Amino acid sequence: MEFLVDGKTTFAATGGRAFDAARPAILFVHGAANDHSVWHLPARHFAHHGYSVAAIDLPGHGRSAGEPPASIDDMAAWLGRARDAIGLDRAVLAGHSMGALIALSAAAAEPGRTEKLILLGPSPAMPVHDDLLDAARRNDHKAIDLITYWGLSRDSQIGGHRSPGLWMNGGGQRLLESAEDGVLAAGLAACAGFADGEARARRVEAATLLILGERDMMTPMKGGLALARTIPDARHVVLKGCGHMMLAERPNETLDAMRDFILPDAL
Amino acid sequence: MVDAKLPKFDTLSLHAGQQPDPATGARAVPIYQTTSYVFPDTDYAASLFNLERAGHIYTRISNPTTAVFEERIAALEGGVGAVATASGQAALHLAVATLMGAGSHIVSSASIYGGSHNLFTHTLPRFGITTTYVDPRDPAAFAAAIRPETRLVFGETLGNPGLEVMDLPRIADIAHAAGVPVLIDNTFASPALFRPFDHGADLVLHSATKFLGGHGVAIGGVLVDGGIFDWRESGRFPTLTEPYAGYHGINFSEEFGPGAFVMRARAEGLRDFGASMSPANAFYLIQGVETLPVRMARHVENTREIVAFLDGHGAVSWVGWPELDSHPDRDLARRLLPRGCGAVFSFEIVGGREAGRAFIERLGLFSHLANVGDAKSLVIHPASTTHQQMDAAALKAAGIGEGLVRLSVGLEDPDDLIGDLDQALRAAARAVAPRAAE
Repeated sequence: MEFLVDGKTTFAATGGRAFDAARPAILFVHGAANDHSVWHLPARHFAHHGYSVAAIDLPGHGRSAGEPPASIDDMAAWLGRARDAIGLDRAVLAGHSMGALIALSAAAAEPGRTEKLILLGPSPAMPVHDDLLDAARRNDHKAIDLITYWGLSRDSQIGGHRSPGLWMNGGGQRLLESAEDGVLAAGLAACAGFADGEARARRVEAATLLILGERDMMTPMKGGLALARTIPDARHVVLKGCGHMMLAERPNETLDAMRDFILPDAL
Repeated sequence: MVDAKLPKFDTLSLHAGQQPDPATGARAVPIYQTTSYVFPDTDYAASLFNLERAGHIYTRISNPTTAVFEERIAALEGGVGAVATASGQAALHLAVATLMGAGSHIVSSASIYGGSHNLFTHTLPRFGITTTYVDPRDPAAFAAAIRPETRLVFGETLGNPGLEVMDLPRIADIAHAAGVPVLIDNTFASPALFRPFDHGADLVLHSATKFLGGHGVAIGGVLVDGGIFDWRESGRFPTLTEPYAGYHGINFSEEFGPGAFVMRARAEGLRDFGASMSPANAFYLIQGVETLPVRMARHVENTREIVAFLDGHGAVSWVGWPELDSHPDRDLARRLLPRGCGAVFSFEIVGGREAGRAFIERLGLFSHLANVGDAKSLVIHPASTTHQQMDAAALKAAGIGEGLVRLSVGLEDPDDLIGDLDQALRAAARAVAPRAAE
């Protein structure tokens, strides 16, 4: 679905079912230079299990117009305005990587609007290697290569996709390549500028699930565990052997963890 | 400066797509010889059928052994995913059926495999899909042939049987400017010698029966999605950009992003057309792919020796191989195919059809059969076999003369191959000598 935020066209995938703000809702937030398509399995799943789903494209990403916001706080504030635009007061909020920082910040800033919080590959801080940031600023493909290298576990770099016939390295790289010049650099810079995750975590009131990759080289598991200890009502799931890209590396395990947390009858 | 130490081509040939079997620890890819897969509960089953979960439902649509083959080829070609098919022809049909319907149009190189020519010329028109053939060496002809209803530009990396080298970067630019994707049949080169996605192609197919397998024991095909083409931006592909009632209104490009094509090709194409690869054939083909880069290097090495022997031989009127200075595409081949122009080439024997017949029948090591890309050396006479449905004009357009012989050079010792060719050429010369004396 398309709608306007700050006068700009904004897109959110709805998982194959029309969005209805009157139903329980889940808002999915993607990572740097990604888009709504990373959520395709959970978006379809929850849309067909009683939820309204909005897998949103951040400004300048995917099919949304505008410039990428400069900071995680700006993105979280924009997310609040996007929710207003689709009439979504309370929702389950799920974010991956940079999207996890945005979701965490949004949940801390507006506790009353978050039904539950799901953080995939989060970290209290997300420092970015200078070489990666430099390459992204030059729009050098090396940035995409490094994200693939650090984003996938060593096993996943060899493959074994759970969706038959898909090649994780290629799929991830093509998605990053499809972003406009400067979008990846903006996202990485925003991540690098995020430093006070634990302070935000203490302000989260919603029940929270953290999904962590045991072999995550982008946001090492220990950072996620530290966040889990800080958020008042948090539980976590560690995906064995998984890297940072759990939605591609462990799609079913990730979905099951979310289901167990979200769906009342799955508890 | 840090480097992304991602696995390289030779490593991917052996490993991509496979983790050691979690149940048994088997190092080799097991053959999952099963038609179907147990669902843990009804909701799980419904989710699989509705593309909400990853996994297998029924071997017509996917299979764990076949999935390793698919993922490995996608890795070697540099795509986002692949669908294995019962044959190379099934892969071509799957691509066409995924992209278009009645009223659509294809622009194709005129120098293509006879089976592909048959599909385009004689079969697809029955379903309302027509094809315009153009000279693969003439990019402007591709531009001129594209119409509003064109949905695909098609060609072969190395034309069949003339080995015309497509100027893929230029032709891809032309197609993309018109909002049309490019599908390349990369069978003759294999990804070990040429990766079409690196040069502008959007989709790649193989007859896996050939060099990917390399052993001549299994028929198969594979269709690879580069994940590059913007289906939505083009506006010509409602199968990928509009809701599809066959999956409760799914919109493939919206939901699957770069994987839209490959997801639709599997979800609809294998479900409804059903030309899937058997797991046993996938296993055989995986064994071949493991040694692909090593074999292709040796294929090229042997071919260079044999071409050198034939070129200038008194019983041979010409040899067509893009690495030769005499080949019109030599410069393009050096630019696009620096690792070699494959192991299939054609030459014309002095003495026409009769000399050709004598030559083929006298060969010992070269097997006379309708295939290429085997580890064993092969020979065929295209005008009477693979391209026999083409009329004289089409044969001429494709550069196929009556005395044309096509070789597929295998991995035998090149001295033995040259010895076999030498004695057969002498026999061919003797066969036509009396007529020459009349």
